[in-house]
Amino acid sequence: MVDITFGPEPGKRPDLSNPTESYLHQIRRKRLYGAILLILFVALMASGFHTAQDRNAGDFLSGLHQLPAFPAEVLSEAWANRADLPGLFLQFLPSLLETINIAAAATLLGGLAGAVLALGSTRHLARFPLLTPLYRRTADIMRAIPEIVIALILIFILGGGPIPAVLAIAFHTAGALGKLFSESAENADLKPLEGLASTGASWAQQIWLGILPQVAPNWLSYALLRFEINIRASAILGFVGSGGIGYDLKLALQWGGGKYDQVVAIFALLFLAIMTFDQLSSFARNRLVKGR
Amino acid sequence: MTDATFFTLQRRFKNRRLTAFAIPALIVLYLAYLCISFDIAGLAARARLDNARILLSDFVSYKTHVSRDNRTGSVTIAIEGEAKGTYAPGQHPDWVQTEGNATRIDLGRGNLITYDAAGARYVVPGYGTIDIRPQDGKLQLTAPQPLPSWINVTDTRISVTTAAGRFSYSRSKVETFKYQPGWELFFFTLDSPFYGKTYGQLTAMLAGPRLDPARSNLAYMAQEFWHNKMWHHADVAWALFETVLMAFLGTMGAALVALPLAFLAASNFSPLRTLRFGFRRLFDFVRGVDGLIWTILLARAFGPGPMTGALAILLTDTGTFGKTFSEALENIDEKQVEGIRSTGAGALQRARFGVLPQLAPVLLSQVLYYLESNTRSATVIGAIVGGGIGLLLTQAIITQKDWEEVAYYMILIVLMVMLMDSASGWLRRKFISRKA
Repeated sequence: MVDITFGPEPGKRPDLSNPTESYLHQIRRKRLYGAILLILFVALMASGFHTAQDRNAGDFLSGLHQLPAFPAEVLSEAWANRADLPGLFLQFLPSLLETINIAAAATLLGGLAGAVLALGSTRHLARFPLLTPLYRRTADIMRAIPEIVIALILIFILGGGPIPAVLAIAFHTAGALGKLFSESAENADLKPLEGLASTGASWAQQIWLGILPQVAPNWLSYALLRFEINIRASAILGFVGSGGIGYDLKLALQWGGGKYDQVVAIFALLFLAIMTFDQLSSFARNRLVKGR
Repeated sequence: MTDATFFTLQRRFKNRRLTAFAIPALIVLYLAYLCISFDIAGLAARARLDNARILLSDFVSYKTHVSRDNRTGSVTIAIEGEAKGTYAPGQHPDWVQTEGNATRIDLGRGNLITYDAAGARYVVPGYGTIDIRPQDGKLQLTAPQPLPSWINVTDTRISVTTAAGRFSYSRSKVETFKYQPGWELFFFTLDSPFYGKTYGQLTAMLAGPRLDPARSNLAYMAQEFWHNKMWHHADVAWALFETVLMAFLGTMGAALVALPLAFLAASNFSPLRTLRFGFRRLFDFVRGVDGLIWTILLARAFGPGPMTGALAILLTDTGTFGKTFSEALENIDEKQVEGIRSTGAGALQRARFGVLPQLAPVLLSQVLYYLESNTRSATVIGAIVGGGIGLLLTQAIITQKDWEEVAYYMILIVLMVMLMDSASGWLRRKFISRKA
């Protein structure tokens, strides 16, 4: 027993006649490992931070002083033109709507593709069980490609506008949701499937009537969570070059002083939209998963 | 079955059928609205399918320019027309031959092009010879009539596009593009002594006499590859490291900042209700403002670079971590804390020995999950703040010609994210199953 726990070397074997000593011995060793890990971690963080700072245009401490300068400048200008703000809100509302539409369309398309990937990669449910690894790898690769890569390439081919963003976000969403969907489908009860199979239902009917009703709340809640993430992604992609409020933000920022009231209006709209949809979706998810 | 039950059942079925059709119908309606608002119809006009063709062919092939300056008569052979891909005088690919003033280019499958003192000739199999001679400042074209559509003639320029390559003649210069599969000069550039050697020859060289007496051939080879002037492997590796560094610093920093704050935001630890409420709203605010806006604000203060990206990730994730950690803190088992308290431990000791061990699995799994997802975000943030592989990628895309580099970076990014994914999954399983 002792040999198994502490190893066969007699030197390292704790003296059982003195339990306090052996306990302290164990604790000391644990603390030593903990301390070594902690030191390693701190060293990694510190050296990493130094490397990052060396490659940065400005360093941390001098930047810290300037941190409030830009928001102060922006806010003071917006405050001076505060009468324009309601008008600006209205002016940018269509772009905000476009950003949200991009996210919604991408979530819808990505969710549908994700469902296909999930059904293909879940062992008990797949139409062709031999192909499950293929579906899985596909989802992994789709998940690994950042949206910006696909968006920039599609902008080159399709020109600017919302469609490259939709396709890029949908691509990534399909991979991400495919994995989550398949995890929850794996836990589905297979008895309804057998029942349906005994009535002669086809594979599509079995899935549609036997599996989807079981997984629908979970899938919907994942899709809503993804929708939240996609609103943010769609704003960022707009900043990089395809439509929506991100693009307006980029234009306003490039203009510099004089258009800071627009910057504030866009920041505020984006913030409000993200908060609203976060709250709505977390409320809906709670109802879906925990029941009403 | 009584009538009442029958009617209730019928009504329920009707309602179900209605919802079963209403939801897809709503989705279809919404998609139709999107088609109009996104102007799908106009897409066909905007789409540039020739760009798609350039991109796809560039992903898997490269072109070599053979051009002659018609005034001086000098011939240059350059891969992708770049200075760093130019063949040195006397060093020719075997499909280009020079004899005196004449240059003979073999594009393969019988396509032969000759530049000489009189002008240039292009022999196209199945069509005939295209002969171009400049006369009195004009270009004289002799070719089988009628001219096919792949020969384009203007006053100052004649260009020919075939499956084998492209050829163009203007008064100042004559140029031929030959397309070849693969990524050019991926391992060694033209000026390297290892260029053009087969794997067998390279292996033999490892054991052979030293090319450079100062270092072994293996070290020399590694150096030549690592500092390849066309692909900059060293810089790309550094950029990948920078991206992972941004994700690491941002995620770990956020966890370190969020952990103490989470105690203040958890209802069972926070001394004051107002304090708790304040921190909750702070987390919501930081999360809601979103990485994009933080990135812009921070870039103004700290300038472009990886530290700015790391700080942007740190700020956004502090909100997320603060929220999840404080929720986890509210769900811990009070009995363990009580036990520690009974030994006379202070608040800090109770937190260390009573709370942290319970929190550790949640904390670790969250942090590791975000580490992987932030690697992807760091690519995007890098494109905005100008650091890491994101910057290289956007630069390569903006030039609109180095698509093979774009493909290279894409493959590396996918590998990097998948590696981080499996590393974080491995660590998660290792730590958490041990703790449980």
